[in-house]
Amino acid sequence: MNGSSVSVRDLVKKFGDFTAVDHINLETSRGEVFGFLGPNGAGKSTTIRILCGLLRPTSGTALVAGFDVAREPEAVRQRIGYMSQKFSLYNDLRVIENLRFFAGLYNVPRELLEKRIQWALEMADLTGHERQMTGTLPGGWKQRLALGCAVLHQPPIVFLDEPTSGVDPISRRQFWELIHHMAGEGVTVFVTTHYMEEAEYCNRLALIERGRIVALGTPGELKQRSMKGELLLVECAPLGQGVELAQKAPGVLDAAVFGNALHLVVEKAATAIPVLREYLSQRGVTVSRIEAIAPTLEDVFVSLTAGHKELA
Amino acid sequence: MSWRRLMAVARKELIQIWRDSRSLGIVLVMPLAMMLLFGYGVNLDMKHIPICVFDREGSQKSQDLLKRFQSSDYFEVVRAVDNYPALVKAIDSGQVRMGVVVPHDFSERLRTGETATVQAIVDATDDNTANLAIGYTQAVVSDFSQQVQLDWLRQQGRPEPKPPISVNARTWFNEDLESKAFIVPGVLALVMSVIGAFLTSLTIAREWERGSMEQLISTPVTPLEIMLGKLAPYFVIGLLNTAVCAVIAIWWFEVPFRGSVAALFVSSALFMVVVMALGFFISVIGRSQLAASQIALTATFLPAFLLSGFLFSIEQMPAVIRALTHLIPARYFVTILKDVFLKGSSLSMLEGELLALTLFAVALTLLATRSFKKKL
Repeated sequence: MNGSSVSVRDLVKKFGDFTAVDHINLETSRGEVFGFLGPNGAGKSTTIRILCGLLRPTSGTALVAGFDVAREPEAVRQRIGYMSQKFSLYNDLRVIENLRFFAGLYNVPRELLEKRIQWALEMADLTGHERQMTGTLPGGWKQRLALGCAVLHQPPIVFLDEPTSGVDPISRRQFWELIHHMAGEGVTVFVTTHYMEEAEYCNRLALIERGRIVALGTPGELKQRSMKGELLLVECAPLGQGVELAQKAPGVLDAAVFGNALHLVVEKAATAIPVLREYLSQRGVTVSRIEAIAPTLEDVFVSLTAGHKELA
Repeated sequence: MSWRRLMAVARKELIQIWRDSRSLGIVLVMPLAMMLLFGYGVNLDMKHIPICVFDREGSQKSQDLLKRFQSSDYFEVVRAVDNYPALVKAIDSGQVRMGVVVPHDFSERLRTGETATVQAIVDATDDNTANLAIGYTQAVVSDFSQQVQLDWLRQQGRPEPKPPISVNARTWFNEDLESKAFIVPGVLALVMSVIGAFLTSLTIAREWERGSMEQLISTPVTPLEIMLGKLAPYFVIGLLNTAVCAVIAIWWFEVPFRGSVAALFVSSALFMVVVMALGFFISVIGRSQLAASQIALTATFLPAFLLSGFLFSIEQMPAVIRALTHLIPARYFVTILKDVFLKGSSLSMLEGELLALTLFAVALTLLATRSFKKKL
């Protein structure tokens, strides 16, 4: 057990009859960007709040930086930075006032205070905007300031709950560069998101659905392991008729519309391509393109959750 | 407990009060407005009751009687009429509160030694004023009839009789019998209820409402540091306002101040702790600013206004309500204020009230600290 890791064993959180977190297990290591990916309401925020000591788990244990979050929440809070999903700095304070406030709360030593604040301003790219009222900052800037406030005390572990939701794509990229910069300095970053493309930025990922981790691994591992069979991209017209036919076609395990094309899961791409081309064109669907592709995380997620729906 | 964290919270809170125009308005304007409102607006003294006279005789004697009404501080003759319908109209329209009618045989009856009857028609919509007006009328008339008797005896060459009983009334503590002196000190309790409970009830609820509480409780700051840090600015502001109100009361409204400044501030500080702890507790359980502020006003301002003896005398309340007033912290503070201002009571003479306030302060502070947990 080291001081910058998170270790979760059989964690359960129930709100009445509703199980928000259902027996979750995970481990992170130092300097890792650990992603928590899943739809809204899957239990991501609840898990992160338990790890920050804001909610009491119903059962199971969670150790953060070596301390039990249920028994020693204060020890945990000294060692973490947390950025909640909703922007939660003070809009009626200036940038510098928010930073000073949190520096005070984290007991940043006085001799380091100015240095740490300058560091946070530089990191958040807010130098020169110290006197600006926080409420007037654009969304992406607010998020960077919130991150700056959360890491003033140089915590070994940082929890970010959907830090980029509602932020424009350029600011999102910039924010992820910040995250990787921190991880490079040895900080463990625990981040939730519902943007599939962001998941690719994580070192390791847990896919969560209805309170359960349905897959866990590096993005590459997930794509390889979690797909039964291979993936085909099919561009055809009409699309609706194409997907209906494809679902009934021989050798097709799963078919779904992805944008303006179809993604089909088949056992073996090489044998399925000629069969499908024949099958679809005989039934009046014009196939303009059909080829094997590497699965994205979205494919993985759809394939995993589709499996669960069948179980349910 | 970390002094550093406490001060960080206090400084932040102070900046937020300064930037929030509503809070700032309440802090700066409300105490002055309340002092002026109650100092000038509320007057329980019944003086210069407007009356109308109808002299049916128009003799020297009848005019002498009516002049006595005119010269009394209690009445103001605003109209003289010469028929009944005009008198009725004056009362109906609310122009006057009472009509005095002198009969056509007034001086004739006095001369022959018969009893002359003066009619007083009173608008009793406000029963309190009506009772006072009747009492004052009887006083004016009996004074006059005594004079008539004396004149008659003197004419007959008989000795002046000595009245069998007389009252020697001396008014203590509020020598001029002015209700202002009774009301104005109590305004301090109202001002402190608003600052201490109403404003503080918003502070925790605001953090929940804006989502900043989640960030706040993810830091190592303790509940006690949050509470003390948030309340410290209001405590200082409350005591500054006490000083301002006391100055206005003494120098502007000329309310006598006979007690010690120390007694005023010790009791004010104690009362401030009581209302702030209550406000904080309400804020924790209310969670929304609207709910918390409504509860706070109902729980502190209203009882301070109605049940503290500020305006309405506790002795005259029904027994049940009177018993209930013992649960109102403002009751003790209003008593202390009036005693410190008017009677010059020292701290040791106010033991009972101070003890009651201390008990409230301890109980409510415990309640407030217990209720606030760093959990979502």
